[in-house]
Amino acid sequence: MGAAVFFGCAGIAFGPAFALVLFTVAAEPLRVIVLVAGAFFWLVSLLLASLIWFVSVHLSDREDAKLQYGLLIFGAAVSVLLQEAFRFAYFKLLKKADEGLAMISEDGRSPISLRQMAYVSGLSFGIISGVFSVINILADSIGPGIVGIHGDSPYYFITSAFLTMALVLLHTFWGVIFFDACEKRRYWCLGLVVASHLLTSGLTFLNPRYEASLVPIFIITLCTGLWAFVTAGGSFHNILKCLSCKQEDDSRVMMYSALQVPFED
Amino acid sequence: MITFMNNSDSEEEPCNERTSLMSAESPPVPSYQDGPQASEAGEVQGHRKRRAGSSRSPNNVTDGDVSDSGVPVRESALENEEEELTLKYGAKHVIMLFVPVTLCMIVVVATIKSVRFYTEKNGQLIYTPFTEDTPSVGQRLLNSVLNTIIMISVIVVMTVFLVLLYKYRCYKFIHGWLILSSLMLLFLFTYIYLGEVLKTYNVAMDYPTLFLVIWNFGAVGMICIHWKGPLQLQQAYLIMISALMALVFIKYLPEWSAWVILGAISIYDLMAVLCPKGPLRMLVETAQERNEPIFPALIYSSAMIWTVGMAKPDTAARGPSQQMWDAAEDGREDHRSPSHADSQMSETRSPVPSRPITSFEELEEEERGVKLGLGDFIFYSVLVGKAAATASGDWNTTLACFVAILIGLCLTLLLLAVFKKALPALPISITFGLVFYFSTDNLVRPFMDTLASHQLYI
Repeated sequence: MGAAVFFGCAGIAFGPAFALVLFTVAAEPLRVIVLVAGAFFWLVSLLLASLIWFVSVHLSDREDAKLQYGLLIFGAAVSVLLQEAFRFAYFKLLKKADEGLAMISEDGRSPISLRQMAYVSGLSFGIISGVFSVINILADSIGPGIVGIHGDSPYYFITSAFLTMALVLLHTFWGVIFFDACEKRRYWCLGLVVASHLLTSGLTFLNPRYEASLVPIFIITLCTGLWAFVTAGGSFHNILKCLSCKQEDDSRVMMYSALQVPFED
Repeated sequence: MITFMNNSDSEEEPCNERTSLMSAESPPVPSYQDGPQASEAGEVQGHRKRRAGSSRSPNNVTDGDVSDSGVPVRESALENEEEELTLKYGAKHVIMLFVPVTLCMIVVVATIKSVRFYTEKNGQLIYTPFTEDTPSVGQRLLNSVLNTIIMISVIVVMTVFLVLLYKYRCYKFIHGWLILSSLMLLFLFTYIYLGEVLKTYNVAMDYPTLFLVIWNFGAVGMICIHWKGPLQLQQAYLIMISALMALVFIKYLPEWSAWVILGAISIYDLMAVLCPKGPLRMLVETAQERNEPIFPALIYSSAMIWTVGMAKPDTAARGPSQQMWDAAEDGREDHRSPSHADSQMSETRSPVPSRPITSFEELEEEERGVKLGLGDFIFYSVLVGKAAATASGDWNTTLACFVAILIGLCLTLLLLAVFKKALPALPISITFGLVFYFSTDNLVRPFMDTLASHQLYI
């Protein structure tokens, strides 16, 4: 407990997200706006899901523990479906915005491509989802206490942190795949994304048995990551090219008058 | 983009301007004309008519004529380019406002979560005389509504008073008021804040050191805000002042009254800026009639104003005029001064680019700043701070309110780009913030807590 656990778990949970935001999103204003708007959409979906859960709990028998657990599962499933629905709604909004930006720009191309928006929107969903899941836990980890004194798992903090990291990455990958599937109208991809989200959420129900939940979730994360990489146009060839740091051939034209390469703007 | 700054009227002392967004852009260059007078007039005129403005200034440079009539002509010709550049720079402007608003909120939330002083109930302001320690819910609601009515009427009275002062040209009075209020903020409130922080962390500080620290902080603040200083230092001081003011509100406004006041102030903001007989609108119109800048109020300015003044050296002196569209309505002391300083800032800034800006492209890429009134900062921070203070230790509520406010700001800027007129910055953000606060606190929190207790992830 204390600062070590807090910083360690915060680093595990949000390290990749922070690095991704710092290196790819923070410099471009449009991407930051897409990030914040994505967080807003996720929040609205969570609001609706909580409303449904809240109403169902109040209409039911509070004493029945099994029923309450069942309602919780129901609430989680509804939340997952609503998140994906709002991801679709965000896709529609971003598509419109993309067209608008392309129209008003000088060269007819929008300053941000739909693929970039897919990535940033996935990242935004991931970050806000991770933050909402884990921030209270992190805040509690600063204070004094003993974890699992009543028989729960003593690894609560660290497993929560790893789960959050997986969730952030998963949302990013799902965002890329989802938007691409919507663009190309591959509905089986969409169904697969929703199914894998439901599966991931369902696996967390096995939770104190971490080998049954964490390991499969990380395997899913890896597979989804590869799928997203391929969807975004990556390939083995690309990786090799990137690693070998080869410069592209210069395709600049020589100016006739001065017989020198023109300056870059 | 020109938007009128709507000064927010804070209740008692620090009344900041709740303002609408204002973007400052470099004043159109009157090119090769007469004296500073005509250029000033032309600029103000152009300023009034300018909408989106990015392209305006650069294009003005190339156009030769700068008469008042010339400005509108030029404008119509440049509509399309304007649109493009507006939206191109629009995202940048949004980020230029996201950063300070976020910083202010972070300061307020960090203080609320760590220093207990600001969450302890130690009495109420005289502007909210009705207590909330009543036995019944109905009575409490009634008291909070009465408190709100008193607060809002105080604000309206102060605003009208300021408009009258401005109308009858009592500039010295306004200046003095502003300086007095910023003195109080920079010295007294900072002293109290520092004292409480030191108490929280149990750090001992002797009086001579304390005096030195407070004196330096306050003196540099007064200079930066009212006179000249580096832009970032001035921005930092304005953020600190807004945070201090928000903390005072969070401490002294009783709970239900605070929420009702937030709602009422956004409605007031909406009416004061958009209604034809609103005090803010009247203030702006008066300034327009006189062809002089509105009294500079408290505004946060995000960038340097480049006066494309290479043609004439005295065009540099025109800097401030373009910033003057801040209605300094509420005669609240404190925040007036910073905005006044802000105008001074631009004045001093203008002469800086004395090097001739030669190329047209360079002009196009110039920094266009955006301005947001400190009142908006303050009320945003009050909302988020209250969420942090009263949401039963939950961080989710604070974060949800934060995202809601940022989205509201984004939407307001978008509307600004679309409608191209003065818009109040409070209503959308505060509405979203209130909706998210109440729904997150009552609906989302139990859901997330139950999920977390079973370690379930959605």
